[in-house]
Amino acid sequence: MTARLMQGDEACAEGAIAAGCRFFAGYPITPATDIAEVLARRLPQVGGKFIQMEDEIASMAAIIGASVGGAKAMTATSGPGFSLMQENIGYACMAEIPCVVVNVQRTGPSTGLPTSPSQGDVMQARWGTHGDHPIIVLSPFSVREAFDLTVRAFNMAEKYRTPVILLMDEMIGHMREKVELPPPETIEVVERVITSVPPEWYKAYENTPSDVPPMISFGQGYRYHITGLFHDERGFPTQRLDEIDPWIARVFRKIERNLRDILIYETDQVEDAEVVVIAYGATARSARHAVRLAREQGLRVGFLRLSTIWPFPERIVAEVAERIHRVIVPEMNLGQLALEVERVVGRRKVIRVGKANGEMIAPREILDAIGRG
Amino acid sequence: MVVKKQERESLVHERYLRHQKKFPHVWCAGCGIGIVMGAIVRAVDAVGLSNDEVAMISGIGCSGRMPVYVDFNTMHTTHGRALAFATGLKMVRPEMKVIVVMGDGDALAIGGNHFIHAARRNIGLTAIIINNNVYGMTGGQYSPTTPTHAYATTAPYGNIEQPFPICQLAEAAGAAFVARSTVYHARELSRFITQAIQKEGFSVVEAVSYCHTTYGRINKLGSAVEMMRRLKENGVSQRAFERLPEEERADKIVRGVFVDRDIPEYTQLYDQIIARAQQAVAA
Ligand SMILES: Cc1ncc(C[n+]2csc(CCOP(=O)(O)OP(=O)(O)O)c2C)c(N)n1
Ligand code: SF4
Ligand SMILES: [Mg+2]
Repeated sequence: MTARLMQGDEACAEGAIAAGCRFFAGYPITPATDIAEVLARRLPQVGGKFIQMEDEIASMAAIIGASVGGAKAMTATSGPGFSLMQENIGYACMAEIPCVVVNVQRTGPSTGLPTSPSQGDVMQARWGTHGDHPIIVLSPFSVREAFDLTVRAFNMAEKYRTPVILLMDEMIGHMREKVELPPPETIEVVERVITSVPPEWYKAYENTPSDVPPMISFGQGYRYHITGLFHDERGFPTQRLDEIDPWIARVFRKIERNLRDILIYETDQVEDAEVVVIAYGATARSARHAVRLAREQGLRVGFLRLSTIWPFPERIVAEVAERIHRVIVPEMNLGQLALEVERVVGRRKVIRVGKANGEMIAPREILDAIGRG
Repeated sequence: MVVKKQERESLVHERYLRHQKKFPHVWCAGCGIGIVMGAIVRAVDAVGLSNDEVAMISGIGCSGRMPVYVDFNTMHTTHGRALAFATGLKMVRPEMKVIVVMGDGDALAIGGNHFIHAARRNIGLTAIIINNNVYGMTGGQYSPTTPTHAYATTAPYGNIEQPFPICQLAEAAGAAFVARSTVYHARELSRFITQAIQKEGFSVVEAVSYCHTTYGRINKLGSAVEMMRRLKENGVSQRAFERLPEEERADKIVRGVFVDRDIPEYTQLYDQIIARAQQAVAA
């Protein structure tokens, strides 16, 4: 396959198609609009469907409806729209509906800086909807990774019956890079688990050994109920603790027991490191450069790049931090993932390099923090 | 085989309600919502649909509880958003009959935007709005259809807002079929729902009901029976309404089919988009 110049948003859209996405609902917002524009053109070419809804609340609702109908479904937005989607993201968590929500982060709060990058929605991606719930959040650092993680996001959504959030940022979304996309036949594409039992036996929320109950789409002869209320194994509302507690335990367990598949990360030169830089998204590009410069100066610096930020890879971070003195956490916010790092690294010093004004963090700023004792 | 009327009724219940499992229902004794549910399942029976090809999607409210009781593909969504969920489902399963059940607050306050846009798209959904002029589930707050001057828990000095004319709104927004009846006129209601389900585009049926335990109590309108009697007396056909002198029209509820027009349905138009896109790729 030949390399081509491609934008992060475009790579995300192509990743969705490659992963089998056949439904997209969205509402225009910079810097995510390009994803909708590409999919409006591309989806019908492959027999899929695109709809521009009246707002982001409706977009989120529509992708859940489409997923219940059996389609792999996605929406894409940025801060203001992501805020509007929160209630229905919670519905997808509660009803265990696979779907992918892309948030190409821009600087907030409110309308903020529409065309500037940010990583300000890290905590919102984790806790934006009300109530306790597990969630998977992936964050790409390059155009190629935007493609790869979109595919992975769909695979995880379908495999674990959960919404997955792809947390991009304006920088990655709008950046053009030369990328070589993998040949389609080499891409691993996961389909949701369906059932082999007859309709009378089917329980849409059964406590199966895998903790992920098979999901049958509407219209296939398996009639069942879906609700945002706490429900029993058949999906009907319940207030019984002996039905609620197992459900809560199961939805957390289905994520926790699959961390090996869910946690995506990359380490570089951590073996002999005294200082480690932990970064994700666009900031990881500056961080990688800063680590290279530091090594050139003879400093023993390692790099941990996270592609999965939620569930927070606490074991991996703790292990990397074990042998070192200091951790540097650069991010385009005033310290969101740094809070998690601080939580797991014990007495080791955590230096935050934070910015929330729409400016990228330069390698020089990270290098300064590495040098600071 | 000739089935007697009564036998047929019990067959309809047997076939379309989750009878053993989910009853008794949550609604107050005397509430009109159950009558709307009966009208819907009779309509589904009249159209001759199998349980499998029907989906019922609802929002949140007393009316939103209906899907639990019917043996279709059912989804109880979030407050106001039922039409948006249903839009996604209908787009990927255009062969299904998707019935969307909403309360007046659900459909017209929090969900008002989705309502006019679903109508504008003319997507093949059947929207049933159970209008009891109040927020029933939350205990009697005023809704977008509470009459001016009426009382509610949040309008203790009287309501100063104007009610939405649901059917006119649906017509102006582009719905293909618009009708209104009441829970007293249950057979007519069922007939209108039958027509609505058979319509290709976006169809709306306003089912005028009442909430005796909140709105009725606050406005001293009496028991469920008295509120039902009022629907009987005030519910008039379009023709009868036109013959009424101006001064007698104020409290009347006009029943009838107001819109029945052929406009291209959204999912069918989208199939043309797919054909066009694939032609362009092939060329
Ligand atoms: C986002 C949100 N806001 C508020 C509520 C609380 N709420 C539940 S039902 C309801 C109103 C119901 O009124 P209506 O739609 O007319 O239905 P009815 O109960 O009268 O059938 C409200 C405000 C909610 N569930 N979700
Ligand atoms: S509160 Fe009103 S609308 Fe709700 S079930 Fe009772 S009577 Fe019906
Ligand atoms: Mg109401």
